[in-house]
Parts: sequence; structure tokens; C-alpha cells
Amino acid sequence: MKHWTLHLALIAVLFTAQYWLSPYHATNLARIMVLAVFAMGYNLAFGYTGLLSLGHALLLAAGMYAAGLPAQLWGWSAGPAFIAGIAGGGLVAAVLGLLALRTAGVSFMIVTLMFAQAGYLTLLYFAPVTGGDDGFAVSAASRTLMGFDLSTDTPRFVAALTIFAFGLLASLVLVRSPLGRTMVAMRENEERSRMLGYNPFTVKLAALTISGLYAGAAGAAYAILFGYVGASFATIQYSILPMLYVLLGGAGTTLGPFLGALVMFALIEAATGITTAHQFIVGAALVILVLFAPKGILGTIRERWVRWLP
Amino acid sequence: MTNLLHPTRRGLLMAGGAGLLTAALPGYVAAQAAPIKIGFQLHRTGIGAAYGRWYERTAQAALKAINDAGGIGGRPVEILFEDDATDPKRGSEVVDKLTQSDGCDLVMGTLFSHVVMGSAPRAGELKVPYLVCSEGYHVASGALNRWTLQPGITDVRAQISTMAPWVAANLGKKVTMVFPDYAFGHDHRDFFTAAIQAQGGEVIAQIAVPPTETSFTRYFPQIPAETEVLYHVMVGPAVLTFVKELGEFYGTGAKPQLFGFIDSLEAVDTATPGLEFLEGSHFWEAHPRVKAADAGEHESAYRAAVGVDDNGASVSDAADVSTYSHMFSTWETLYFIKQAMEASGYAGPADRQKLVEAMEAITDLPYGIERPQGAKRFNGKTHQVFGSQNISQVQGGKLVKVHTTTIDEGLYEDAVDYTTMSF
Repeated sequence: MKHWTLHLALIAVLFTAQYWLSPYHATNLARIMVLAVFAMGYNLAFGYTGLLSLGHALLLAAGMYAAGLPAQLWGWSAGPAFIAGIAGGGLVAAVLGLLALRTAGVSFMIVTLMFAQAGYLTLLYFAPVTGGDDGFAVSAASRTLMGFDLSTDTPRFVAALTIFAFGLLASLVLVRSPLGRTMVAMRENEERSRMLGYNPFTVKLAALTISGLYAGAAGAAYAILFGYVGASFATIQYSILPMLYVLLGGAGTTLGPFLGALVMFALIEAATGITTAHQFIVGAALVILVLFAPKGILGTIRERWVRWLP
Repeated sequence: MTNLLHPTRRGLLMAGGAGLLTAALPGYVAAQAAPIKIGFQLHRTGIGAAYGRWYERTAQAALKAINDAGGIGGRPVEILFEDDATDPKRGSEVVDKLTQSDGCDLVMGTLFSHVVMGSAPRAGELKVPYLVCSEGYHVASGALNRWTLQPGITDVRAQISTMAPWVAANLGKKVTMVFPDYAFGHDHRDFFTAAIQAQGGEVIAQIAVPPTETSFTRYFPQIPAETEVLYHVMVGPAVLTFVKELGEFYGTGAKPQLFGFIDSLEAVDTATPGLEFLEGSHFWEAHPRVKAADAGEHESAYRAAVGVDDNGASVSDAADVSTYSHMFSTWETLYFIKQAMEASGYAGPADRQKLVEAMEAITDLPYGIERPQGAKRFNGKTHQVFGSQNISQVQGGKLVKVHTTTIDEGLYEDAVDYTTMSF
């Protein structure tokens, strides 16, 4: 019960944030919630299942283009485009999993990185359709949902919060379900799980596909809520970012991805106000975190004080 | 009879009016004296950092010149620089920060096209003028919105089109193109192919090189033997390898004429070891890096203000070569802002729409210290400015200007009329 209370309380606080935050900070919070959805998906694969992927940018971009291209080419509205984005992320993740899960460990990292790079180059190669590295702006007509203009502050915030809340609660249900327990078993000892009768390939494929659904939702949400689709989201840095969010917030905790995205965003904002070498401050903070709290913020809190944290 | 204890009605009204005026005056004076805040989206880090460094220096120089001359409409001007990491996502966040958090009157400065594409939607949502220094065709193509303008630099379509007549007349008509396989290279491929055809020439081979490539030797055998002109626009760190390997491929034997865009070598010394093969080849330049013999009367003042010597390097470090063919755009954009603000009587963010309308009404921009690269013509419908271009030849390791185009050569039919769009 306290799990649900904690998660629902966070969602309630976030809902009220639009009333007490400035428009600038509320828009940033909408961005953070979208990025947190991406990180939640990464956390299911990495934090819970132990799949250290370097190819999640491919899944983010799959969702972004699966939503953005129908909007651009055929004028799809936000609802169908968003569903297409989720499906795109899940489908690409499933295909990626079928091929990449034949490997493990460092090989898995390299293979996922390779596929992501191939995806990035494919987006550049088909520039007449994808817009290449320039990308394209999503038209205003495709940024409306049930009469609400998602390019305006309140509808955008509510839409981002809705996607975030659904993703968060779904991840809570998942990690407490039998499948979630099996995912953790794969992370902890794959051979023992196999001996107990589980099929590691199937479980890991399911985890990666669900992770892809999250990444696809985040990519589609970014395209629709912020109006831009571009190949830069398929570059390596967008595979690293969710990993940093998860490591910072706490891998294998349901709230860690959000906390990590929030802290990282705030850190960059604060550092840019202090020095032009803001990336140095962000890097130093991460090094300190790894040295003194290697399990991330919530991972450390769970280990020392709140052991029931999911 | 009247006295202080028994004032007349007229006396009371006059005293009240004087009191109101006195009370209002400090606020009015304060509003007039409050600085105009210009947000500058800067490539301080990321792939555009070399450009960003010089964009910042040039903008600071223009800012000093404008403030020394009385500011804009009598108000001092401030520039708030914010790093966008040459990333579209961060670019959009920077537009947000500069506008909503820092309270800037407008935002300017972006160079890389993908950052412009990623940021312009947010500028449109915030209804803040967004003046880019990018040279991309994205503005004039109609892909963006009414709040986005490019008043400081000619777009790549016009730049490329103006090169074809001179290339066909002086270098040859059978052209092979080598270009990076992404949007920047595709613009060159598409616009130059059409432009050279209009001159009776033809592109006989198009060799697209993936952006991740680090060695180019396997592409050179694809260059047809009958090639008269090799048109190359490789950019980034790979350009040194590209030129070196091209030199090794041709050796001392016959080779085609080489023509490239200076984008390949911005912030790079043309006398760098390994670039000897470029001797005698030609480059497009918007603004000749090496001071031309027939440079205009304001050229020296502009170089001195920015801190650039006659070779286009920093006066304090000859190895610190500038991005001379692009950075003037920040200088000219600031003066464009000044002109439009003063014409529209801009007083604050409530006048942003009026400011854009004033910008759209601007047409001729004569040569002067405000436009050291040369006279310009602004098209209010397409939000794009047009200026003359230059062709330089590498002679003794230095770029020497050999030709200047007219503004008219770069004009093309309008693809959009932003003035018909709503704000």
C-alpha cells in the first residue's frame, strides 16, 4: 500500500506544480517528465534485467520518427501519431532484441551500439524523407489532441504528466509482478534462473520490448509536445543520457529515473549560471556520486534507510 | 482671494497634474534607460565550438560599437550568452531560458541548421523574434515560422547558385562532386547540380561520403577521368585527411581543378602542413579571410574591432584562425536589430510583433560599418537576406580573392510568404 501511496503522492505533487512553478520551470518539468519516461524504460532493461544497452537512442528515435513522419507526411493528429510512436519503439526493440540478445555483456553493449549507429546513418541516408540531420518541425495541426493545443503550456504539461504517470504506475506494477521478479532473477543469476525452468531469452526479450515501448512513448511525446524531430536524437549521447539518469537516481528503483533526470537537468541549469565550463561541474558531480553513492541516490537511500522502496 | 488654505479648483488640478507627472517621470526615465536584453544562443561546446568562439567575439565587438554610439534608441544593450552545446534539444531549452527566465527581448546567434530547426518551434510558441546566423535554406524554404528570420547572412542556396557561372566559365563544365552524406552535403548536391546545368555544364558524378568516414582513398577511384572540376565540401576534422589523401591519389600527375567551400577550412590555417595540395585551388568565401586589395573602407575598422589581423587570425595569436566567412553575420544581425527596433519604436516585449513587422519592411541594407561584408537586400516575405559572394584562390598558402558576385546573381523565386502567416 505504501508503494502506491508514495507514487500517487509524487504524481499529485507534480500535478500541482503547474500552479506554483513559473511557466519556464513548468515547461522544463514537462521536458523532464518526458525524459524520465525514456529513463524508466532504460531502467527496466538495465536496472531490473541487467541489460546494459548502448543503443537506446535508436528506440527513442524510432518512437520519434514513427510519430513524426505520419504527422509530417499524412497529417496525422497527435493521438494516432503517439500510438504509432509507442508501437514503433516496441517493434524496433523487439527486432533489436531478437538479434542482439544472442550476445551478452560487453558484446551486447557493442551490438546495440552498432545497431543504433546504423539507425542514425539510415536516418541521414533517407534525408529526403526524414529531413536528415536537420530534421523537421512538426506542424501545428498535428500537435492538437481532442481540441487541446499541445504547443501551449497547460495542455502540454498535463499531457506530459499523463504519460509520465501511466509509465510510472505501469513500471511499479511490472516490477512487482511475476515477470518483474523474473527480470530481476535474470539480472542476479541467469544460469540459476535457467536451471529453475525460465527461458532467459524470452524474459530478456520481453523486458527489452517493454523498454522500447517506453522509449518510443518518450520519443513520440517529444515530437508532439515540443514540435521537433531530428536525427540528433539517434546519436550516441541519447543512449548515454538515460544511463546517467538511471545511475544517478538509482538503478533498479522505480522512482530513480525521474529523480536522476530531475537532478541532472537542475545540475546543468545551475552550472550554466555559474561558469561557462558547466560540463566540468556536471562531470565532477557524477564522479563524486559514483565514488560515494555508487547505487545512485535512491539506491543508497533504500540500502541504508528505506528498505521497502521498490 | 486665494491662499494655501483656500486653493482654487484650477490650482488644485494643476498641482495634482504636476504631482502625477512627477510620480510618473522616474518610471518613464527608468523604462527608457533599462537595457535592451538580447539573448545569444551560442555554440560554446559541441561540434560548432570553433564557430561559437568567434561568434561570441564578433557579437561582443558589435555590442561595444553600438553601445559606444548611444545604444539602441538611446537605451544601452546587453547580450546574454547561453551555451546550446550545438544540440537541438538543448537549443530549444536555451531559447526558453533566455526568453522566460532571463527576460530577453529577442534571441539570436544560432549557426548549425539542426539547432535552428529544433529551436524555432519553441521561439514560435513563445512569440519571440529568433534571428539566426546559420546560412541554412531552412528559413527561406518556408519550413519555419513568422518569428524566425535570417537577416545577417545569405543562405546556402544562393551561395551555391552564384558559384556556378564562374566555375563553368573559368574552371570547367564537367564536375564531380564529393560531399558529406547529410543535409549540408545534400544542399550542395542539389543546388549546384541545377545551377551548373543552367550554365551548360553537368555534374558527371556525385560521390556521397558517410559522415562517420575517416579515410577516403576508396572513394577517389570513383572520380571519372574526364572530370574537369572536383567540387568538394567535406567538413570537420576529416577534411585534413581528405585533402592529404586526395593529394596522394593524384600525386604530381594531371588533376582536375579543385573548387570547395571555405566551410571545410573555417578556423583552419590554409598553410597547415598537409594542405599543400590545395595550392592553386579555389574556394567560396562570403567574406574574404585575407584582407582583399580592394576591400571596402570599413574593413579595417571591423577587423580592429573584432581583433582580427589582415590574415584573418586573432591579433593576439596568429594560430587562432577565425571563422571569417560566417562570423560577420552576428555583427550585421545586431545592427539589423538596432535598425528595426528604432524604426518600430520598440519599448519592450509587448512590441515584439511590431518589431517583426518592422523587420519584414526592411529591404535595402547599404554597405557601411553596419554591414562590413557588403551591401545586402532583405526579403521580408521569405525572411532571408541576400548579399554578394566571393571566390578566392590559394596562392602561396593564402586565400586571395579573385572574384565577387553581384547580389542579383543569388536571387531566386520566393518559396514562402511568411507575412501571410499569423503570429
